[in-house]
Amino acid sequence: MTAIFKTSTRALLILSVSLSVLSAAALSAGAARGGGPEVAHFTLANGLEMVVVPDHRTPVVTHMTWYRVGSADETPGKSGLAHFLEHLMFKGTAKNPEGKFSQTVATLGGQENAFTTADYTGYFQRIAREHLETMMQFEADRMTGLVLSDDNVRPELKVVLEEWNMRVGNSPDARLGEQIAASLYLNHPYGRPVIGWRHEIETLDREDALAFYRRFYTPNNAVVVIAGDVTADEVKALAEKTFAKVPRVADTAPRLRAQEPPPAAPRTVMLADPRVAQPSLQRSYLVPSYATSKKDAEALEVLSHILGSGSTSRLYRALVVDQRVATNTGAYYQGSSLDASRFGVYAVPQPGVTFKTAETALDEVIADIVKSGVTAEELERAKTRMIADAVYAQDNQAALARWYGVALTTGSTVEDVLAWPDRIRAVTADAVRDAARTWLDRRRSVTGYLVKELPEEKRS
Amino acid sequence: MTAHMPIRSADRLPKIIARALLGASLLVAMAAPAAATKIERVRSPGGIEVWLVQETTVPLIAMDFAFRGGASQDPADKAGVASLVAGMIDEGAGDLDSKTFHERLESKAIELSFTANRDHFTGSLRTLTENKDAAFEMMRLALNAPRLDAADLERIRSETLGILRRESTNPDNMASLRWWETAFAGHPYGRPVRGTLDSVSTITAQDMRAYMKGVFARDTLKVGIVGNIDGATAAALVDKVFGALPAKATLRKVAPADPQGLGRVIAIDFDVQQSVVMMGGVGIPRKDPDFMAAFLVNHILGGGAFSSRLYREVREVRGLAYSIYSTLVPLDSAALFMTATATRGESAKQTLDVVAKEIRRLAESGPTEEELAKAKSYQKGSFALRFDTSTKIAAQLVQIQIDDLGIDYIDKRNDLVEAVTLADVQRVAKRLLDGGMLVTMVGRPQPAPAKGG
Repeated sequence: MTAIFKTSTRALLILSVSLSVLSAAALSAGAARGGGPEVAHFTLANGLEMVVVPDHRTPVVTHMTWYRVGSADETPGKSGLAHFLEHLMFKGTAKNPEGKFSQTVATLGGQENAFTTADYTGYFQRIAREHLETMMQFEADRMTGLVLSDDNVRPELKVVLEEWNMRVGNSPDARLGEQIAASLYLNHPYGRPVIGWRHEIETLDREDALAFYRRFYTPNNAVVVIAGDVTADEVKALAEKTFAKVPRVADTAPRLRAQEPPPAAPRTVMLADPRVAQPSLQRSYLVPSYATSKKDAEALEVLSHILGSGSTSRLYRALVVDQRVATNTGAYYQGSSLDASRFGVYAVPQPGVTFKTAETALDEVIADIVKSGVTAEELERAKTRMIADAVYAQDNQAALARWYGVALTTGSTVEDVLAWPDRIRAVTADAVRDAARTWLDRRRSVTGYLVKELPEEKRS
Repeated sequence: MTAHMPIRSADRLPKIIARALLGASLLVAMAAPAAATKIERVRSPGGIEVWLVQETTVPLIAMDFAFRGGASQDPADKAGVASLVAGMIDEGAGDLDSKTFHERLESKAIELSFTANRDHFTGSLRTLTENKDAAFEMMRLALNAPRLDAADLERIRSETLGILRRESTNPDNMASLRWWETAFAGHPYGRPVRGTLDSVSTITAQDMRAYMKGVFARDTLKVGIVGNIDGATAAALVDKVFGALPAKATLRKVAPADPQGLGRVIAIDFDVQQSVVMMGGVGIPRKDPDFMAAFLVNHILGGGAFSSRLYREVREVRGLAYSIYSTLVPLDSAALFMTATATRGESAKQTLDVVAKEIRRLAESGPTEEELAKAKSYQKGSFALRFDTSTKIAAQLVQIQIDDLGIDYIDKRNDLVEAVTLADVQRVAKRLLDGGMLVTMVGRPQPAPAKGG
């Protein structure tokens, strides 16, 4: 399960956060058992799933509507369509013309936004509890009632291209990230950028958006998560008046994407941009996700923590403290995806230190875990930290809502989220070593280098 | 797939302004009452005042605090001292070297963090209730006995330099740095909070100790605690953490200042696809009777909703930008009004014109009655969203104290919003928006040859 806001690319996120902020566990914890809220989960007659996470401390709610569709569900040649449609979902319906929903949210003092990833698309409002029904009405209405015209689609395409300029065009880190993903996934659509390839975004139009909408936006493909000052019974009653009235407009198909062949060769990519003032390297390994192998995922989660979370981690101790070959380094694991996911490591070399030196040091750290495993103390510390994150999460209704939404749109269940702390507790040192041995294999990886200019080639 | 997470709107406070905001008292202005938030004023035996919200649902405790005197206390040739102090005081303290210190924090899942903004040095703590004694002890060590060992200083310094190098070619950072150094030339606000590659290279442990000696003191300290803890326990823990600090801070005086260069447009030529534009002028101080009216005017112009005039005219209607907003930045020694956006090179001029026109239109004609009503409604309605996590509440408790708004501010705040009249916002729109702006722009504003990705 993943963090949702603000950063365009993982690479940027990692390279810019200060140490110990990016805890893999923090991105993936679930609510702890005991003491945590009583989570309700039910399905309406039209197939819409609902999750209610009560938090009665403040009279507000977080209302999130998730669709089981993301960029990995796009037709080849139409990359960026899931995200473009997300923008267009704010263009109104017959009942609520353009601007009415957002105006209402603003007038009622709510906050709203939306997001798209490879596997899901989500919309949310955070608002005083008494306005929940109004939000549900609007969201139910736009689930199947979207009306688009070229007059509002065309300016929005420009907005999306500006978003591309900001996130990708202006960011060498992001462009390297795109190259790494495209090289890592030889066959699976995760290799495409969520925002799309620019030349394809430019061709998207109203008909594309509506066709995609009709195919994927239907109650039986949606999950509504409501966290905050409500009870399950209240939500059920409100749902009968709102979401329950939305007819199914499409059948959902199994989300079968083209899968990856067994990876056979280490790959490297190098992105040069004159604006790169600080070189860096990052590597992604193709690994299981929670959806493809829960047991592997849990071990990888703990491994990423011990290997590269914060200044007590193996990578930081070795590369930054002891050998002083890097100014920053770390590891992360993206466990929440429907198909095979990514485990990442990165390093920012000290000035004057070559990529080769930094990378050798990094490889030695990984090799050591593969060979000798992790200590009991490291394991315990990592688990304590990760499990505590599940408690801290109970303090944040919006974060809880996101976790359930992510889980239910990426092949996990409410029970999985609830059991997560216990399952992490059960991970053994052997399992962590085995995960490193099995999955952190160079042949499964792409290493990317961000440089100011390409080195001169020797021509033969 | 966090790797790519396009969202519809930019961060409501995108990084360019978030950076500008370092030190701003915005939080409170945007805050509002939460029915459930009951604040106790606790005075510790040692004489430290703590604002406490007892909250027993979740087994954790959050504390926030602030000392006056952030980066504005850096010596003129040593920009970045305060920031480096924030990065160093949890790198070993007392008998614990950096490694042991971090391991101890992690083994109990205790979170400490420190930040220097322009006007304040702030810290926060989060712990499971069961570990509270250990957590406050770690905070005590960090504030009272940081080691600043040479090897750790070099390590944190090189990490900071790495970040500064990276930011040196980031158009957002470039626009922001140039704006501040131009608007506040010769003033502490003109210096980058995190310092420069040159200044950070020269900072010594002695500089950091001098900073701490002057700034870490009880008389400017503001503390807020939220969680499963009673007043007496909170008081005792606070005495332990802060009780041994000097009674009085020794601060360099920071002269009140107005931004300079209004009316100028500084274009920095840089080969990027999208030009970043930052504009700023004179704002309204937090203590000014017109502040709330200005806050509503800003909301109408470019505040945090999908319905502001700038959002509509620049983004929705013309598709010129993905991110467009304005904000008030009331610092201790200057009050600013800022707006920022980013647009493809060939649209830079058009975008600037649209923004300028909207600002002029609002200054001349003022908001409409309906806009005012909606803005008030938004501000009143969104109050509680600022209070829905312990860490947010703790931050609010500190900000309300910094802004000296009174412990009953949360209860009064919506009445203050309601009391603003149409005449107020019309007058204040003129005052706020009529003064001209300094513009910094980074990119290639001229039509550029078409380029692939």
